[in-house]
Amino acid sequence: MTSATPAPLAADAPRSARGTGLDRAFEAICFGAATFLLVALGGLIVSLAVGGWPAFAHFGLGFLTSAEWDPVQEIYGAAGAVAGTLITASLALLFALPLALGVAIFLVELCPAPLRRPIGTAVELLAGIPSIVYGMWGLFVFAPWFAKHIQVPLMMSAKPGTIWEAITTGVPNGSGILSASLILAIMILPFMAATLRELFLTIPPQVRESAYGLGSTTFEVIRKVSLPYVRTGAIGAVMLGLGRALGETMAVTFIIGNAHGFPNSLFASGSTIASTIANEFAEATGVLHTSSLIALGLVLFIITFTVLALARVLIGRQANL
Amino acid sequence: MSAFAKQRLSRRIGEGVFLTFCWLATGVALLALTAIMWSLISQGVGGFLKPDGGGLDLAIFTKSTPAPGSEGGLLNAILGSLMMCALAMLGAVVVGVLAGTWLSEFARDSRYGKVVRFLNDVLLSAPSILVGLFVYEILVAPLKGFSGLAGSVALGLIAAPVITRTTEDVLRLQPTALREASVALGAPVWRTILAVIWKSAQGGMLTGALLAFARISGETAPLLFTALNNQFLSLDMTKPTANLPVVIFNYALSAYDDWRRLAWAGALLIAATVLTVTIVARLIAREPRRS
Repeated sequence: MTSATPAPLAADAPRSARGTGLDRAFEAICFGAATFLLVALGGLIVSLAVGGWPAFAHFGLGFLTSAEWDPVQEIYGAAGAVAGTLITASLALLFALPLALGVAIFLVELCPAPLRRPIGTAVELLAGIPSIVYGMWGLFVFAPWFAKHIQVPLMMSAKPGTIWEAITTGVPNGSGILSASLILAIMILPFMAATLRELFLTIPPQVRESAYGLGSTTFEVIRKVSLPYVRTGAIGAVMLGLGRALGETMAVTFIIGNAHGFPNSLFASGSTIASTIANEFAEATGVLHTSSLIALGLVLFIITFTVLALARVLIGRQANL
Repeated sequence: MSAFAKQRLSRRIGEGVFLTFCWLATGVALLALTAIMWSLISQGVGGFLKPDGGGLDLAIFTKSTPAPGSEGGLLNAILGSLMMCALAMLGAVVVGVLAGTWLSEFARDSRYGKVVRFLNDVLLSAPSILVGLFVYEILVAPLKGFSGLAGSVALGLIAAPVITRTTEDVLRLQPTALREASVALGAPVWRTILAVIWKSAQGGMLTGALLAFARISGETAPLLFTALNNQFLSLDMTKPTANLPVVIFNYALSAYDDWRRLAWAGALLIAATVLTVTIVARLIAREPRRS
């Protein structure tokens, strides 16, 4: 008996020692992979800063304040593209947010049970359609329709000399700032609706049911119970949508008209940071041109990083995004 | 009217307006999305039929991108996209699974773990065009040439954070009792993770990988100045490589009807692929675990 028990232990000893030795190696490999991601993001920032440095050094602060973008004379200013980016993304959010809330509330509170799953799934699937598809649709289908049924009537009805005339001037071909914002809105709508729906579903049923039990209408339950319950998460979801709109490239490049400088009306052609980079980077020849485009990228990174970081802090890990 | 009746009326009106708005919002959203799907199918399906209208035409899968005015398909672009995505996924799965495992099994709530997790989430939703710029700076510019490999690296950098995130999430869902049972049987931690935790979480991990694949298969922006494009069929990934998204982009903006037709067909192909992969991923995630 005394000789039987230690024997397996002794036989096991080298094996388990060998096994636990590998533990360290395995942990080190996993640690390396995690650190690789950290290095990738760090490298991304550093490479944008280094690549953009010649432009910042040459133009100084003027790079951010000037809207002149002239590859022929080698004069580059980011203000036009930055303004285009911020305007289109904010307008897109303005259009998409009420609709996304409406869709999410519909799916959680109003939708007939047999339709709930199909519509919910459809919305989530559509959030995954590549943005180039939205861009093509915008250029070939949406723009002609928009020009004929919305842009031209609006331009005709604007009285000369009023502010309406000022913000509705433009080439009536359906492309421009407003069209780009609308396409962006359609693109971020499914994503935001799906996220908001998931947030609403995290509310314990008892909370909503007790509000209904007190005689609240659906509107009151949403406004006074559901929305306050998911407030921080919802703000985070909205910021994630904004982050997508800010950095979106293909959907915008197709339809914004790609003109440099400040957009001066809703129908004017404009550009965003991403669309400028997409259009010009492969053809940029001069060092200053390439560097200015990378500097634009750095500006975009700083804008989106701020928005995304805020979103992540607010959203926590409440919804599985 | 008494104050009570007034309040009741205003509540009912508010409710009515609100409910109508929610119905309308859903209607508008579904209408827009149906319109997109409809154009995609009606315009795209032409590329798969013979020009005279009769029968299937598989030229899309058997011929390479044509010069304007001549017959052609998308073979080189499809092949290039597949090669780049496969290579990107290979790298992304290795990095993503290991990094996700580290976050879930080793780091947990350590400070460094929190930093990595936060930055991974930022990388997850960073504009893809910036990843393209990054890869251009570190690979294309120093090596003085666009290449399919650079495109793969860009796509991999986009897929890796997605896989990291989903891996961590599913591994965290595995019960602690499972780990304890394995360790109690004398298995070292690495065997516990490889043979027990990964095994038990494999469905969720596969879903994550499929979603990452769906995401990168339609990415255009990061390929514009990494893989560039190639008019001809080529398996050499150290040279510019044709790929579906960039071909669609170039052809859609061209002035030739044939090219636009191919662009729509390509867009339909990509959208169908993405939708199929996403649906499969969701089915796997939903499948009840065998006991």
